[in-house]
Amino acid sequence: MTDTHMTIPAATTAPARSLPAPNRFRFWAWLRSDKRAAISLAYLTLLVLAALLAPYIAPYPPNEQNLLDLLMPPSQAHWLGTDDLGRDTLSRLLYGAHNALYAAFLAVGIGVTIGVPVGVLIGFVGGWVDELMSRVIDGILAFPPLVLAVAVTGALGIGLTNAMIAVGFAFAPVLARTMRAQTLVVKNALYVEAAQGFGASRMHLILRHILPNAIQPVIVEVTLMLAVALLAEAGLSFLSLGVQPPESSWGGMLARAYHYVEVAPAQMYAPGLAILFTALAFNALGESIRVLLDPTVKRG
Amino acid sequence: MNAITLMVVRRLGQLIPVALVATFVVFSLVFLMPGDPAIIMAGEYATPERIAEIRKIHGFDQPMLVQYLTWLWKAVHFDLGTSLYSSEEVAQLIVDRLPHTILLVVYALVLGSIVGIPLGIAAATRQGSTLDKLITTVASLGVAIPNFWLGIILVTMFALSWHVFPATGAVSFGENPFEAIYYATLPAIALSVGVVAVLARQVRSALLEVLGSQYIRTLRAKGLGSGAILWKHGLRNVAVTMLTIAGLQVNRLFSSAVILEAVFAVPGVGNLISYSALNKDIPVVQGIALMLVVVVILTNLLVDVLNAILDPRVAAST
Repeated sequence: MTDTHMTIPAATTAPARSLPAPNRFRFWAWLRSDKRAAISLAYLTLLVLAALLAPYIAPYPPNEQNLLDLLMPPSQAHWLGTDDLGRDTLSRLLYGAHNALYAAFLAVGIGVTIGVPVGVLIGFVGGWVDELMSRVIDGILAFPPLVLAVAVTGALGIGLTNAMIAVGFAFAPVLARTMRAQTLVVKNALYVEAAQGFGASRMHLILRHILPNAIQPVIVEVTLMLAVALLAEAGLSFLSLGVQPPESSWGGMLARAYHYVEVAPAQMYAPGLAILFTALAFNALGESIRVLLDPTVKRG
Repeated sequence: MNAITLMVVRRLGQLIPVALVATFVVFSLVFLMPGDPAIIMAGEYATPERIAEIRKIHGFDQPMLVQYLTWLWKAVHFDLGTSLYSSEEVAQLIVDRLPHTILLVVYALVLGSIVGIPLGIAAATRQGSTLDKLITTVASLGVAIPNFWLGIILVTMFALSWHVFPATGAVSFGENPFEAIYYATLPAIALSVGVVAVLARQVRSALLEVLGSQYIRTLRAKGLGSGAILWKHGLRNVAVTMLTIAGLQVNRLFSSAVILEAVFAVPGVGNLISYSALNKDIPVVQGIALMLVVVVILTNLLVDVLNAILDPRVAAST
């Protein structure tokens, strides 16, 4: 028995490895053919760099108050002006990028960590486990996502990490449902049955055959979710449930700017545009990956 | 009609487990709180006697399933407890505020449909044109724009600069419907942008699919004008899609309303739930989450029924 277990999985995977890959992914060709994706990826790369390098490139410390320069319009000294405490808007925007990206990836990461394994397992096992868990998924999906996130944040305690755990909790059933549906399709494919016939273990089937072939729609969904998570972070921080002062976040900056909108209307543009562009970039990238993975999908 | 009644009964049967899970999620919010819920709910300077009393009232000393069933039994009878801050009945708080939120959501849904559906039709019937590209671009902007930022921009333009609409506040629909709608217009516009975007996109792709199908080609070959094809056959077939998409938007609209009510100082349940979450007023948070999930579940049921009336095949298939 032990002998077959050691040899057979290797034998079943060998042909898969040596298969020709006619549609092998060519990164630069993809970017050349899809300008929107190229621009989005370039923007996001710059944003990640800006977020990581914020301590070095920000012209001022983000929380440094200057009570002589309150609510200044853009100038040579402060390219994007200052807020109601005299803090440099550009510096806060750069530090805010860090929180925005951290929040988006944390929430989506939590959603994936819970949703993907649950989806694969219930799709694979089927039966009453699937029945039960599918009802649980439907039950959570019935909530307006942000209402659920606000409620869970209220219970866990306010703060960015808790808020994003709450958003991730709202994402998990969406991903589980997609993953379950894909697993149902893939698990009856001929190659999976063949591997099963050769005596591959359940774990091997799931990890080597089902997961890689079922994950594609999830990749698209995850990219689009980054935009949703970003908007959720901005919204929750706007409501003071997310990032806590004095730390900077784009949503929090908008909340302050809104208080002084009659005195300094210029303050509300930069954070809003930052949120809009980043969400647009994630969405464009997601749509592009969708087309890339499934050529039958028409752009639009 | 018989098939529809049957479908409603079957759908209700499917909704019971969903409702049980949703209510259990709301119930278990208490257990997400770090620490002993009785101590938290008793407030900061509570005596040990008061904590014990609260533990008894809420049944925290009972097994979880018993606690849940007791809570559910009370909730079904509109006993949602009292606010930890104002000591008001949660059910009363919700009854006072829900109309404001419902008005916003319905208003946004109507606005979104009036703008979004024609945009989708226009884009689909002129596929590939500049107009189509423009509408597609506007739709992707509409999905990505933060509603509350748009709300702020609308306030600065229409309220602070041009004084066309009031900046913040709300009037009860029951007191003065016209004033209520007037006050709700700016927030409803900000809310509706997502609906416009999603409807325009989905109607466009659904209509393109129908217009490209075999029987439409046959009708065209028989000499039917494109107007007649669109109105008599195309739109009739995408009606179910439109209704389903619009129904799904209700869920999103309640989400966005939470933030927009804060921007426009609307005294609705969205504003109350974020305020209560900030103050750890868990009974109020639970009550509102419960009420909204019930509204969403009932909306889905209503959409299913309307779909079945519009298209008998739906009733037969579910």
